Amino acid sequence: MLEITGLGHAYGAHRVLEGIDLEVGEGELVTIVGPSGCGKSTLLRCLAGLMAPGEGKVVLNGTPVTGVPDDLAVVFQDYSRSLMPWLTVRDNVALPLRRRGLGRSERRAGAAEALASVGLGDAAGKYPWQLSGGMQQRVSIARALAYRPSLLLMDEPFGSVDAQTREDLEDLVLRVHRSEGVTILLVTHDIDESVYLGDRVVVLARDPGRIRAELPVTLPAGRDQIGTRSDPEFVRLRAEVGRLVRGVAADLSEAASR
Amino acid sequence: MTHESAPPRGLSRPGKWARGAAGVAILFLASEILGRAGVVDRSYLPPASSITARAFELAGDPDFLFNVRVTLTAWALGLLIATAIAVPLGLLFGSVPAVNTAVRAIVEFLRPIPSVALIPLAALLLGSGLKMEVPLVVYASSWPILFNTVYGLDDVDPTAKDTLRSFGFSRFQVLLRVSLPSAAPFIATGVRLAASIALILAVGTEILSGFGDGLGMFIAQAGNVPGGTLDVLAGTVWAGCLGLLIDMLLGQGENRVFRWHKAQRSGAS
Repeated sequence: MLEITGLGHAYGAHRVLEGIDLEVGEGELVTIVGPSGCGKSTLLRCLAGLMAPGEGKVVLNGTPVTGVPDDLAVVFQDYSRSLMPWLTVRDNVALPLRRRGLGRSERRAGAAEALASVGLGDAAGKYPWQLSGGMQQRVSIARALAYRPSLLLMDEPFGSVDAQTREDLEDLVLRVHRSEGVTILLVTHDIDESVYLGDRVVVLARDPGRIRAELPVTLPAGRDQIGTRSDPEFVRLRAEVGRLVRGVAADLSEAASR
Repeated sequence: MTHESAPPRGLSRPGKWARGAAGVAILFLASEILGRAGVVDRSYLPPASSITARAFELAGDPDFLFNVRVTLTAWALGLLIATAIAVPLGLLFGSVPAVNTAVRAIVEFLRPIPSVALIPLAALLLGSGLKMEVPLVVYASSWPILFNTVYGLDDVDPTAKDTLRSFGFSRFQVLLRVSLPSAAPFIATGVRLAASIALILAVGTEILSGFGDGLGMFIAQAGNVPGGTLDVLAGTVWAGCLGLLIDMLLGQGENRVFRWHKAQRSGAS
């Protein structure tokens, strides 16, 4: 459903992205992991149509991405700045539904449903700044889900919440991915997270940002924080991704024989 | 200039009021003693109690009230038109950099001219009454609104704009749904600053224009009669009270409408 071919970009003389080729299938959850400064955010902005890449092209559902695609939602890291403080939680979630041409009552119903699906049915009348960070990020996720995008982009969505909340939110993403069947592309700098969430992990290298490796995650679909993280396969994968991220040329055959 | 100063730490609301009242009482007392002790001629500086008494008297005087109404009409009309002009202009300047650079020089040339200095010119071109008073009020009070709008737009969070853009909202819709509400507290502060300036201009224009109606006219004419100092001062007290009242009402309105602004700024973010 998403095809990226030969995508590259430079800010002046500084090349941030080069020769990115990536395909994401319908209903897949792909994580992109890489060191800071590997152009993760630039890549995401290109996919979201917020900026035009210097070279290469992005095709979403058969249509080349030139502006912002109709069928896409983004969850940003900075939830407190991404939610509108003058709107209630309900109105925040309902706002993008204006783009769907829905009436007021339909928008409200959609918002209520999405909020319930992230466990925030009771917070609809509150303002975002009355909620904890984790709850605010849930609201952002609900807003994206209510929009019913075919592709959900997440830009380090759990970068600014505490560890416990992070795990809860990770499981929330896995749950909505399963129940809604939405295709998700999630960018993170957290190696564990990339393996825990992904059906497939794409490792980026920096200077310029390019794809170093793509690893299928062969863990069973039903994942949980304790069991999955102690699974030998999980441990092997995170070690491999870790080596790749740090730029050590991983000897795949050696890793496989262990 | 746009940030609301927080009340002094450690002072409760009644404490704040008490201090304010104490300041007024001290000034009142000083003026009373100065007036009664004969340090200055009583007809130049009547004691505060006489001024207050006269001010209350004026509140029941239909002629005086008519003058106040004229001034307030010019004030309200001027402020309304200024807001209607300055906010859209500010939105334009603040969101289209090319326009901003183009008009920068004109703005910087016009801004330092004291609006009061334009009264003779306005009188020459526009005659007298509301039709000369209102344009002056509009001119003077447009600046703070304009600048605060541009400033407020600078302050809009790029992430908030990106969020709506990523949902496919057009630039104009993003301006309307993110930038404008986000800048609204700054714009409101600009309007409050402009409200004081508008009152100064309204009264000032009336004083200097020489004929017509209005609170300023009342003050100016009282100054021309022997022993009119009492009326001049009582009228001035009313001008001050109007200013205070307007500022308080607008300030309270801001706090109520933009509760989210304060909450967010002081929040955990």
